[in-house]
Amino acid sequence: MKIENAIEVRDVSMCFNLSREKVDSIKEYIIKALKRQLFYEEFWALNDVSFEIKKGDSVGLVGMNGSGKSTMLKIIAGVLRPTKGTVETTGTIAPMIELGAGFDHDLTARENIFLNGALIGYSQEMLEERFDDIISFAGLERFVDVPIKNFSSGMLARLGFSIATIVDADILIIDEILSVGDYQFQNKCKKRIREMMDRNTTVLFVSHSIEQVKEICKKAIWIDRGHVRMMGEAGEVCDAYEDPGNNG
Amino acid sequence: MKFISVFVKYRALIDQLVIRDIKTKYRRSILGLFWTVLNPLLMMAVLSIVFSYFFSRYGNIDNFPVYLLCGQVIFNFFNESTTIAMGSIIHSGELIKKVYVPKYLFPVSKVMSSGVNLLASMIALVIVMVVTRARVTPTVLLAVFPLAYVMLFSVGASLFLSAVAVSFRDLLHLYGVMTTAWMYLTPVIYPMEILENAPRWVVFIVNLNPLTAFVKIFRCVVLEGVTAPAILHIQSLVWCGIALAVGAFVFRKSQDKFILKI
Ligand SMILES: Nc1ncnc2c1ncn2[C@@H]1O[C@H](COP(=O)(O)OP(=O)(O)OP(=O)(O)O)[C@@H](O)[C@H]1O
Ligand SMILES: [Mg+2]
Repeated sequence: MKIENAIEVRDVSMCFNLSREKVDSIKEYIIKALKRQLFYEEFWALNDVSFEIKKGDSVGLVGMNGSGKSTMLKIIAGVLRPTKGTVETTGTIAPMIELGAGFDHDLTARENIFLNGALIGYSQEMLEERFDDIISFAGLERFVDVPIKNFSSGMLARLGFSIATIVDADILIIDEILSVGDYQFQNKCKKRIREMMDRNTTVLFVSHSIEQVKEICKKAIWIDRGHVRMMGEAGEVCDAYEDPGNNG
Repeated sequence: MKFISVFVKYRALIDQLVIRDIKTKYRRSILGLFWTVLNPLLMMAVLSIVFSYFFSRYGNIDNFPVYLLCGQVIFNFFNESTTIAMGSIIHSGELIKKVYVPKYLFPVSKVMSSGVNLLASMIALVIVMVVTRARVTPTVLLAVFPLAYVMLFSVGASLFLSAVAVSFRDLLHLYGVMTTAWMYLTPVIYPMEILENAPRWVVFIVNLNPLTAFVKIFRCVVLEGVTAPAILHIQSLVWCGIALAVGAFVFRKSQDKFILKI
């Protein structure tokens, strides 16, 4: 069997406009244009980033705050379009960049499962079929018909994780979400991620907990101020990243 | 073709977004749906009493309540759906930043949610027609045409408005002023005869106005029991085409930048 790439990132650069005041009204636009103050302050959050991830691999992204990890994940998930370069992915993606994106706080857990599931692209029949599994994994049996504005943030994260992982996606994208749940739920999540990896799901994982990265990932990519600084075995990359001599 | 397959894939999402809108709108009041029927009825009652007197010198409009309600059904749908849809991208900002969703689904689903209110005002129309013993002819079935036109036109306008509102937020306020002017340039309340003495350019704009065409067709088939002249259908179709083409073009051009501005 041929091993293909699940994710191919080629020369991706991402430019943001960091101008102090965003011009978002006609009035401001005209005033600024008249005063010739329409500056755009460019900021390149990613610079010519390229890498490939093989199917079934588990890769951790490490790097300092603001180095561009979340930006990279968003580009891969299709949320952001890169300024330059291309990203190719094969198969379905379960993006867990922020859990419960699109939850409506006035609706109940039950209603949100259908809304959020539809956002991810699940069919309604499937959601009905797996409804009990979603609720029981999240451990929210008693709160099914409670509006989620009454949930704690950990409970929201549980529900979001449970919905996003109820079917095996080909690619799982995880951005610092394991930190919200309690230890019991964290272990449950790790177990589920492992199970999915055993079934050949590709995992892309961002966490500031180096232990978690070493625990879950085989490989790692170190992103430093928008550049790929190092790529390789998770242990080596993490050690280099943690070495105080390498940062400054 | 890609458009169609995307639409099918996200069909469930549109349903969910519409259901969400309706639930959150009516959950707070049990009288919710009842009010949406009552609201146009009361409006119509007040306006009928006042204006049927004012306009009586232009000859009797037979069944002024139905005449008025026909205009309101069309205009209010357009007004409400585009006004709500205009802010849909801005208000979905949190979502757009976190998951990939085809962005046109937001304005389109808002227009569809407004369809529920359209249904309510249709009920109001039926009630008024029964009460006033209006003559019902088989042509009422043709009412689907003007309703379809106003929906398509609203979708096009919503795509355009929701996209430009992201860059220029003050348009959200200006649009209220615009629709008020637009209402006066549409024969919602007044009979067409009132325009006899109006300046040429006003008459020209009123006749060019796409909503005028939709309203006229609607009145032909519902109130007068005749089929509308073909020219009105052609005018309507052309306007729908223009609105959808411009809306889709502007929306596509700007959609990748939404996330940087919301
Ligand atoms: N929408 C945006 N507009 C302007 N700048 C942005 C935007 N999103 C991100 N940035 C900038 O891009 C850089 C990278 O941000 P990103 O969120 O990818 O960092 P990160 O590696 O995930 O950091 P952290 O570890 O804190 O999560 C930051 O300097 C940030 O200021
Ligand atoms: Mg981040």
